[in-house]
Amino acid sequence: MTDAVFQRLAHLLGPGGVERDSRGLPRAVPESDDALALVCQAAQDEGWRFRLEGNGSWLPPDTPADLALSTRGLSRLVSVSPADLVATVQAGMTMEALRDALEQHQLWLALDPPGRPDRTIGSVVATGTSGPLRHGFGPVRDHVLGLTVATGDGRLVEAGGRVVKNVAGYDLTKLHVGGFGGFGVITELNLRLRARPAADVTLVASGGRHALSAAARQLVEAQIGAVSLELLTPAWAALPEWALAVRLSGTEGGVAAEADRVATETELDWERLPPERAAAFWSLVARAPLGAEVAIRLGALLDGIDDTIDLVVETLGESMLSAGVGSGMLRWAGEAEADALRELRRRAAPREIPMTLERAPWDLRRAVGHFGAYREGVGQLVGRLRGTFDPKGVIAVALEGSE
Amino acid sequence: MRPELVEALGRIVGQRWVRHRPAELATYAADGLPTHESVPGTVVLPGSKAEVAAVLRLLSLLKLPFVARGAGTGLSGGALAARDAVLVTLTRMNRILALDPRRRRAVVEPGVINARLSEAAARHGLYYVPDPSSQSACTIGGNVAENAGGPHCLKYGVTTNHVTALEVLGPDGSSMRLGSAQGEPWGPDLVGLFVGSEGMFGVAVEITVRLEPIPRMILTVFADFMALRAASEAVSAIIASGVVPAALEMMDRSCVQAVEASIYATGARTDAAAVLLLELDGSPEAVAADGAVVEALLRRHGARELRSAESAAERARLWQGRKKAFGALGRIAPDLAVQDAVVPRSALPEILDRIAVIRDRLSLKISNVFHAGDGNLHPCISFDRRDADQARRVGQASREIMEACLAVGGSVTGEHGVGSDKMEYMPLAFSAPALDLMCEVRRAFDPETRANPGKMFPTHTCREWRMGGAR
Repeated sequence: MTDAVFQRLAHLLGPGGVERDSRGLPRAVPESDDALALVCQAAQDEGWRFRLEGNGSWLPPDTPADLALSTRGLSRLVSVSPADLVATVQAGMTMEALRDALEQHQLWLALDPPGRPDRTIGSVVATGTSGPLRHGFGPVRDHVLGLTVATGDGRLVEAGGRVVKNVAGYDLTKLHVGGFGGFGVITELNLRLRARPAADVTLVASGGRHALSAAARQLVEAQIGAVSLELLTPAWAALPEWALAVRLSGTEGGVAAEADRVATETELDWERLPPERAAAFWSLVARAPLGAEVAIRLGALLDGIDDTIDLVVETLGESMLSAGVGSGMLRWAGEAEADALRELRRRAAPREIPMTLERAPWDLRRAVGHFGAYREGVGQLVGRLRGTFDPKGVIAVALEGSE
Repeated sequence: MRPELVEALGRIVGQRWVRHRPAELATYAADGLPTHESVPGTVVLPGSKAEVAAVLRLLSLLKLPFVARGAGTGLSGGALAARDAVLVTLTRMNRILALDPRRRRAVVEPGVINARLSEAAARHGLYYVPDPSSQSACTIGGNVAENAGGPHCLKYGVTTNHVTALEVLGPDGSSMRLGSAQGEPWGPDLVGLFVGSEGMFGVAVEITVRLEPIPRMILTVFADFMALRAASEAVSAIIASGVVPAALEMMDRSCVQAVEASIYATGARTDAAAVLLLELDGSPEAVAADGAVVEALLRRHGARELRSAESAAERARLWQGRKKAFGALGRIAPDLAVQDAVVPRSALPEILDRIAVIRDRLSLKISNVFHAGDGNLHPCISFDRRDADQARRVGQASREIMEACLAVGGSVTGEHGVGSDKMEYMPLAFSAPALDLMCEVRRAFDPETRANPGKMFPTHTCREWRMGGAR
């Protein structure tokens, strides 16, 4: 079977467009969105299932499938409009290549997802993984103005647009952000950018968890204009104690004023990191979860952060935990069994806290699902939507899990 | 409409909440846009979630189309129902079900008026951010359907960024809970998909929204310019500086003149080519620092008069001039066609020039009031619909403006929705496969396409219509 698949792909994409992955599976690496759509069509026609990947740096390459489909070959920055703060990029462009390209225009994409710098933007968007900057700039969906996807049956379809305000048509973009590829393969993205701030300052305090979390809530109450407000376990921050990190960005005067307020509003001993150390600190925060097999995220309300941390620690152990105290997004990374993850989901649900499995080996993903079982009425709807975008189910993804 | 239907609906909601006499129905024939009118067959006003569900179940049994409606201020012809449809008006469902200051969340029924929510939250030091110009009348349910915006969306985002969870009744009356109070999706982002679906996926009967703390300091700055282009360039320079104003609004001369001649006058000089209204918020220290940056940029780009509101009253007066601009414009001609288009910010000067050319060629009066910071334009065409030729030219101007906006990479609607008014532009904005896919997504929610039929997609583009509904 794999030889036949390989040959068919070589025929479709040329010999340079197909290779074998580490497990010997044919991997299609199309270099245009049209070619990528052709692969989807072929999969539908032949009854193949494919696993989706960018650079292979986030989800392990273990999804059972007939082939891998990589967006790595779609790595171009299509356009940047500095005056409009918009860029169009292909989904396989890496975060670091995008960062470097935008820096030349004094622009940035205010997203700091977990993972390696060579993670693709398509992967970040498809998995909906935001980082500490979510506090100031919102979740991934707030950065995506529009996109193009190839559906499972090989239609290339655009959604949204290239302007920051747009309500023409249904907002299909939202379905693809965090949809884990279940509704199609993202090939191109229109991203909302920010002007690079004149000042970007990181303050870190360390100490006991409860003192830090109380201080963080105080900063929220005091309306500190922070872009990140992240509480980290010692393991995540690689420090002897828990850490609270505050990132401020904006004009020189504005940031200086807010930094003073951070000091006066709390009784913590803040260290202001020099720029190189600040960059190294956030880079470490992004890479930390790669040291573990499993990463999950939960959404909790401001008054429920402490309880949610307790719940996660009780169920899964302290391990690595990073909590956006203002945004309410918690990420945990470590080793976990399916039963423990199900247990956490079961206990979180009555508190109105959804749990998303962001990263895990296939066995866990299959058993627990990225999203778990849906609430009443929703499962059928999601099934119909999946059928709309991928009628033959060619995209191998475990949204619901087998429980 | 059949008397049995009126009676059956009356059994659910009480006879006095069913309207079917022509005089009663006239109220529901428009949504603020004089170019579109449609008288519904029957209007029903349910008072609770259970009543909405029962009404939808009945309509499902009878296979009748329906249109959900809030206050009818949408300006897109989206909340209009045809004779064969039942208009489900949700204005009686106006209770704030919960307001939790610690969690900064509120749960509301769809008929709650936008401004009422902020008023209720104010005593906790909180407010609901999206502030459409119609906020004293429009409902949160309508805001959800259209993904409404407003001046303060520049910094804080539109309705979709403030709705975290929904209880939705499907067209068959079945209930679904979408999203979570915190905002993290529960599975795929169905809240994000539902918001802005223009009443075609079902009816939102409970809406959970974020409340934000009222900023500690608000600086409202007014500036006027002798050239429209200079004002546009000042806008771009401010955005490029990295300062993110809470709002950044512009009005052109014709609009300023209308406002200054009305009871909403702000004292602006009417010889200016454009005025900017800009707001910064945050801590007093940060606002002062950013304010200095903004002031220098405004001066550098030729601001003639520059003043900031010294008091809450003055701030309110400046904003009233902006928010009541449509009302002020409404005084200068019998009818006002408010358009809603978006362009990339850098294209603002070009598009304003284009609109002036269209205006002159078609001999129309067009005033521009817009959210300059995000490139969302509201060209307002004053006219008299009794003049058939003038009405035709209004249609032509609207189309030309939309085409011009799309040509520079914009969108045909930024916050009002497609409704009936912009259907014909959809094939200009989206490819046929994209429109087909939208129709398919709609059928995932509403297989019989009974919810707000005949909107958003022109009849000849959508396969559903092309193939007579059988697919």
